[in-house]
Amino acid sequence: MSGLRAMSLVALERIVVAEGGRQILSGVDLAIDRGEIVTIVGPNGSGKTTLLRTVLGAVRPRAGRVRQAPGLRIGYVPQRLALDPTLPMSVGRFMALPARPPAGAVPAALAEAGLPDIADQPLASLSAGQMQRALLARALLSDPDLLVLDEPTAGLDQPGSAAFYRRIESLRNARGCAVLMVSHDLHVVMAASDRVICLNGHVCCEGTPESVASAPAYRALFGEGTRGALALYRHEHGHSHDHGTRDG
Amino acid sequence: MDDALIRALLAGTGLVLATAPLGCFVIWRRMAFFGDATAHAALLGVALALALSLPVGLGVLAVALVFALLLFRLTRGGEAPDTVLGVLSHGALALGLMAVALLPDAQVDLEALLFGDILDVGPRDVALVWAGSAGVLAVALWRWQGLVTASLNPDLARAAGLRPERDDAVLTLLLALTVALSLKLVGALLISALLILPAAAARAFARSPEAMAVLAAAAGAVSVAAGLALSVALGTPAGPSIIAAAAVLYALGRVVAR
Repeated sequence: MSGLRAMSLVALERIVVAEGGRQILSGVDLAIDRGEIVTIVGPNGSGKTTLLRTVLGAVRPRAGRVRQAPGLRIGYVPQRLALDPTLPMSVGRFMALPARPPAGAVPAALAEAGLPDIADQPLASLSAGQMQRALLARALLSDPDLLVLDEPTAGLDQPGSAAFYRRIESLRNARGCAVLMVSHDLHVVMAASDRVICLNGHVCCEGTPESVASAPAYRALFGEGTRGALALYRHEHGHSHDHGTRDG
Repeated sequence: MDDALIRALLAGTGLVLATAPLGCFVIWRRMAFFGDATAHAALLGVALALALSLPVGLGVLAVALVFALLLFRLTRGGEAPDTVLGVLSHGALALGLMAVALLPDAQVDLEALLFGDILDVGPRDVALVWAGSAGVLAVALWRWQGLVTASLNPDLARAAGLRPERDDAVLTLLLALTVALSLKLVGALLISALLILPAAAARAFARSPEAMAVLAAAAGAVSVAAGLALSVALGTPAGPSIIAAAAVLYALGRVVAR
């Protein structure tokens, strides 16, 4: 065990996850260190969300080890919140789940996430962008060591996405928390990342955005040898083709 | 008012303490079939207890617990399989009815089993319902934050270090206990109605989960009182009268909230 791994907030070692006879992750290693921004990219069905949920402890791997630093606080921002209309929920009440924050913390967290004090509004009345920031504000309330975001900009346009990632970066700079996120916005998100991991059931490659972007294998990394990053990007934002995979 | 009516009113309002918060979770988590199936299985418990000469309440509680845990295991980690639950729910009802009919000496009042007999509760039943409901309410309040968080998104609870599977199991046990408490009062067919209708009536007026649970309790208590009054005035069975009152309350709420 290397010293670096021992100091990591979260360390996954040779993780294998299978669901319904299909192997989703095979032999994945991942270590997140304090204060770094790590972005996972990969095609649909490559196991990105499964990897995040393994970090959260929501997926039990078939093999391998998940180690969390003692007392690790995780702030989780899900891709979307399926809000059942039968469940009445104001923004302020949502902020107090599952732990009631100290007085005054909610408006501060909302402001930090870029929202006015909308604690009295029903959660269901928020726009997609406001909802994303409200989810971020709730995650910040636990004063997390690690922010985990699952495709936080799904549903936002490109300027909105870029602004969101800049906000994540400045949050990291101000708070010193680590960030682990999944993204489809390859170009936009790579600029805000310290490390990019390309996943396709296994770790295809990883490194700084620059090293990944300038590597000769760049196209192969993101397109599995058939499609380049740009093509993948266009695919996500343009026509929909069925490639026989599903979003993991 | 005569004593039976007062006891019925006391038992009904006591039961509402448990059914109001649990009914909210049944609605939020779309567990209506789950409640139905557990309630129907309680009939098997009656038959089993009588066949073995055990206390009926014990048999009902044991079978409701076992059946609820079976259902819990079956539905865990995926969308609720409606068809499977439907088969189990009605299968349990049919088997329970057959088992009761097979008992010697026809010692069972089938109508009371299906629709309850709240006007026939004794002082001990009232005390039991209040104690049981208070217990259910206390546990629900204890696990409240985690249960509400997991109702919204289980991964939010997991990321916060909670264990939603354990809370789900607790909720399942509370539902089984509530079914056992309710059987004598409103009967196997109307238990899930008593869970769902007051909570549904409360939804339009609630702006937080807690407000919905409190309003559901109020709606439940009003339904019990109005239903008993209806039952006395019209000579109709008490259980169905209570549920009918709750349905009217729900409809009125929809109109007023508009």
